[in-house]
Amino acid sequence: MTNPILDINNLVVSIGRKPKGASILDGISIQVHERETLCLVGESGSGKSVTSLTTMGLLPKGTLVPSAGSVKLVGEELLTATDRRLRQLRATQMAMIFQEPMTALNPVVPVGRQIDEVLRAHTDLDAKARKKRILDMMEQVRLPQVERIFASYPHRLSGGQRQRIMIAMALVLEPKLLIADEPTTALDVTTQKQILTLIRDLQRDHGTAVLFITHDMGVVAEIADRVAVMRQGRLVETGTLDSILRNPTMEYTRNLLAAVPSLVPRAPREETKEPVVLEANDLSKVYRERAFFGKGREVVAADKVTLTLRKGRTLGIVGESGSGKSTVARCIVRLIDPTSGGVRLAGREISDISRRLLQPHRKKIQIVFQDPYRSLNPRVTVGESIAEGPINYGVSHADAMKRARELLELVGLPADAGSRYPHQFSGGQRQRIAIARALALDPDVLVADEAVSALDVSVQAQVLELFDEIQKRLGIAILFITHDLRVAAQICDEVVVMQHGRVVEQGPAAEVLTHPKEAYTRALLEAAPGRGWDFANFRPVAESLASA
Amino acid sequence: MLGYLLRRIFAAVPVMGVVALFVFLLLRLTPGDPAAILAGDNATPERLERIRTSLGLNDPLIVQFVTWVGKLLHGDLGTSLISNLPVMKMIGQRVEPSISIALSTIILAVVVAVPLGVIAAWKHGTWIDRFVMGLSVLGFSVPVFVVGYVLIEVFAIDLRWVPVQGFRSISNGFGPFFERIILPTCALSFIYIALIARMTRAAMLDVLGEDYVRTARAKGINEVAVMMRHALRNAAVPVITVIGTGFALLISGVVVTESVFNIPGIGRLTVDAVLARDYPVIQAMILLTSLIYIVVNLLIDVAYTLLDPRIRY
Repeated sequence: MTNPILDINNLVVSIGRKPKGASILDGISIQVHERETLCLVGESGSGKSVTSLTTMGLLPKGTLVPSAGSVKLVGEELLTATDRRLRQLRATQMAMIFQEPMTALNPVVPVGRQIDEVLRAHTDLDAKARKKRILDMMEQVRLPQVERIFASYPHRLSGGQRQRIMIAMALVLEPKLLIADEPTTALDVTTQKQILTLIRDLQRDHGTAVLFITHDMGVVAEIADRVAVMRQGRLVETGTLDSILRNPTMEYTRNLLAAVPSLVPRAPREETKEPVVLEANDLSKVYRERAFFGKGREVVAADKVTLTLRKGRTLGIVGESGSGKSTVARCIVRLIDPTSGGVRLAGREISDISRRLLQPHRKKIQIVFQDPYRSLNPRVTVGESIAEGPINYGVSHADAMKRARELLELVGLPADAGSRYPHQFSGGQRQRIAIARALALDPDVLVADEAVSALDVSVQAQVLELFDEIQKRLGIAILFITHDLRVAAQICDEVVVMQHGRVVEQGPAAEVLTHPKEAYTRALLEAAPGRGWDFANFRPVAESLASA
Repeated sequence: MLGYLLRRIFAAVPVMGVVALFVFLLLRLTPGDPAAILAGDNATPERLERIRTSLGLNDPLIVQFVTWVGKLLHGDLGTSLISNLPVMKMIGQRVEPSISIALSTIILAVVVAVPLGVIAAWKHGTWIDRFVMGLSVLGFSVPVFVVGYVLIEVFAIDLRWVPVQGFRSISNGFGPFFERIILPTCALSFIYIALIARMTRAAMLDVLGEDYVRTARAKGINEVAVMMRHALRNAAVPVITVIGTGFALLISGVVVTESVFNIPGIGRLTVDAVLARDYPVIQAMILLTSLIYIVVNLLIDVAYTLLDPRIRY
C-alpha cells in the first residue's frame, strides 16, 4: 500500500496547557491515502472538527493544545512545525472547506480577490496568469458566468455558489489533502447532491486525498471510501463503507445507523373522521420593499397555499430553503400577518382579526422552533418559561408551576428540572423543554418549525418519538415543517411539497414520497443522500425490497 | 450612489427646517419681550420701539419667521448685540481655528488609536492588551485641561520647543500654524484615542471570531493580512461611527481646550455669547452645529456604503 497522505497517530488534544487537563481527543489514529475519501462520522461533541483543525494548525491558541501523538502530512510532522511552515503548507499541500458558506467568505471583498489572495501568498504568478488560473478553477467547480462572479461580493451569490467558491479557493493550488468539514450541511438537498458530485469529480481529476467530516449517514453513503466513527473524542471503529454500513461491529455504530430515519414512509395510519382543526385557504404573503424613488420590489413568499389538518394528525410541509414553508407556518400562527387568504383555527377565522381579539385564540396554536439553543430565554428558569404562557391566561402561579412539572415529566425530563436554567441542558433536552412550553396552553395545534433539524440523529429519533407519543396521548394535531424528507417520511400522515412559495404537490405521505407525481418532488427524493441504503436494517434498499 | 446622496441631502432639509423653527422660537418664546431681552436692562422706551420695528417684532409670528428664514438663506444671520458685527463674519473668523484643531485631533487620534486597538485585539488577553486598555482608562479619566497644562509646562515652558498659547492661521505659513496647534491637538486627542482604541478593539474581537477570519488563516496568508484585509475592514463600521460623531463633537465642544490654549475658536465664541445673552450669535451657533452634525452623519453613511457592499443605497 502507498504511503498515506495524512497520517494521524494516537493524537491527544487537551484543554489548556495543564498536563492534567481534560482531553477533547483521546488517542485518535486515522490515515487518508491518495484518491481516497475517508469520512469522519460522529455526533456533535465527538471531536471531528477538532481533528481537522488540529491538522490545519487552526486550533484556538492556548485553549486547545495537542499534547501527544503525531499528525503527518506526506511524512512531514505538523504538530511541531513552525507557524511559518504551517502557513506555507496551507492551501498548497492541505486545504479546508467549511460548513457555513454563508459566513466563511469575507463579506466585504469580491470573491475573485479572495481566491487571488491564495495565489498571491503562495506563487510568483503575475496578475494576468493568476486571473486566468482563477477563472479556470471557477469553471472547474462549474460556476456560471465566471467573469461576473469573479467580481461579485459573496452576498450576491447563493449558498451553493459560495461553497463552490470555497472549493475553488481550496483546490486552486492542487493540495494533496482536502479537509471538508460538513461542507454540505447548510445546503439544500439538490445543491448538496451537486456539491458532493463536484468534490468526487475533482478528487478523481486531481488525485486528492479527502478527509470528509459529516454527521449525516446519507452523505457518508454517497461519498465515502472508508469510514471512521468517532464518539466523545475516541475512535469507535474504522472500516470500508460497505463493512461499516453492513456489518458494524460496535454497538454505538449500530445505534447510530439504526437511528437514521428511513426514506420509506411508515405504514399509513387509518383515515379519520375527526374534525378539522386548522385550515388555510389561499394563504399568501407578499413582502414589499418600499422605494423612495421609483417602484419597490415585491417578493411573493407564499402564494395561495391551501391546506387542512385534522385532529390527531400530522401534516408535513417539506421544501428547500426559500420555498416559503416557514412563512406559511408563521402566517398560520400569526407571528406575521398574511397578505391575503384565510386561516381557520378550530372553526374561527383568525387571519384578519386584530392582535387583541386574537389573544384568546393564540393558546390554541403553539409553535416549537428550530434552534433549541436560542429559543429559550437563558436568564429564566425552565419552569418559569413553561409557566409563563398559562400565567398570561390567568392561571395562578402555583398552578402553572405544578402544570410545568407535570409537563416536564410528560416530555421525559425529571420534574425538578424546572428550577434549572436552559444552559444546564443538552440540545435534545432543550427541545423537549420547548415542546413542554408549547403544550402548557393545551393547544389544538402544535406547529414544529424544523424542530428536529438541529439535533443529532439519535436525539432526533427520540424527539420524533416524543412527538408521536404526545399526539397519541393528547390527540393534538401537528403541523410539521421540515426540509428533511427522511423525517417527513417517519412522522407525517400527509405532506405538502412547496417550491418558490407555491404548493407543488400534496397528499398522503405514503403516496407522495413513494410515487411522486410532480418532477420537483421526484428531484427532491432523488437528491436525498444515501437513498439507496436502508441504514436501520444494515443493507441497501434493493435488498430490503427483495426480502420483503 | 449619486441618487442616494441626493436623497440623503433631500432628507436633511426637513431636519434643518425643524432646527430653524426651534432657533427662531428660542427668542420669541422666551418669557418677556424679546426687544427688552435684546436691549438690556437700561433701555429707554424709544429704543425698545426702535428695536421692535427693526426686527419686525410687531408683525405676525408667521411673517416674522418667513422673513427670518429668507434672510438666513441669503447668509444674513443678524448682527451681534454686543459687538455690532454681522454674526456671519464673527463665525467666519472663528471657524478656522476650530476646524483645524478638530481635524488634526481626529487624524492624530485615528492614526494612534486604530493600530492600538488592532494590536490589543490581536494579542487579546496578554499584557499588551491589558496595557492598551489601561492607557485607555487613563485617557478617559484625566481631564483635558490637566493634560493641556502639563503639556504646556513641559514642552512650552520648560523645554521651550513651542509657544505657550495662541493660534496662527495656516495662511501665515505652516511652521507657526503647526507649532501652535500641536499641543492642543495632543491634549484633546487623549480622550479620543482612548475612545477609538476601545471601540476598535471591541469591534475587532467580534470579527476575529468570524468564520471568514478562520478561512483567511486556512489560506495560509500572514497574520498582518488577516488582521488588516479581513478583520479590520469588517470591523470598520462601528469605528467609523465613533470617529464621525467624535469629529462633530470636537468642532463645537472644544471650549476647555480653546480656553487653556487661548485659541479664538467657535467654542469660546459660543460660551461668550451664552454668558452675554447675545441671542443672534447663539442662534447662529445652534444652526451651525446642527448643520455640522447632519453633514457628518451623511459622510458616515456614505462611508458605510463604501466599506460594506451589503449596505444598499
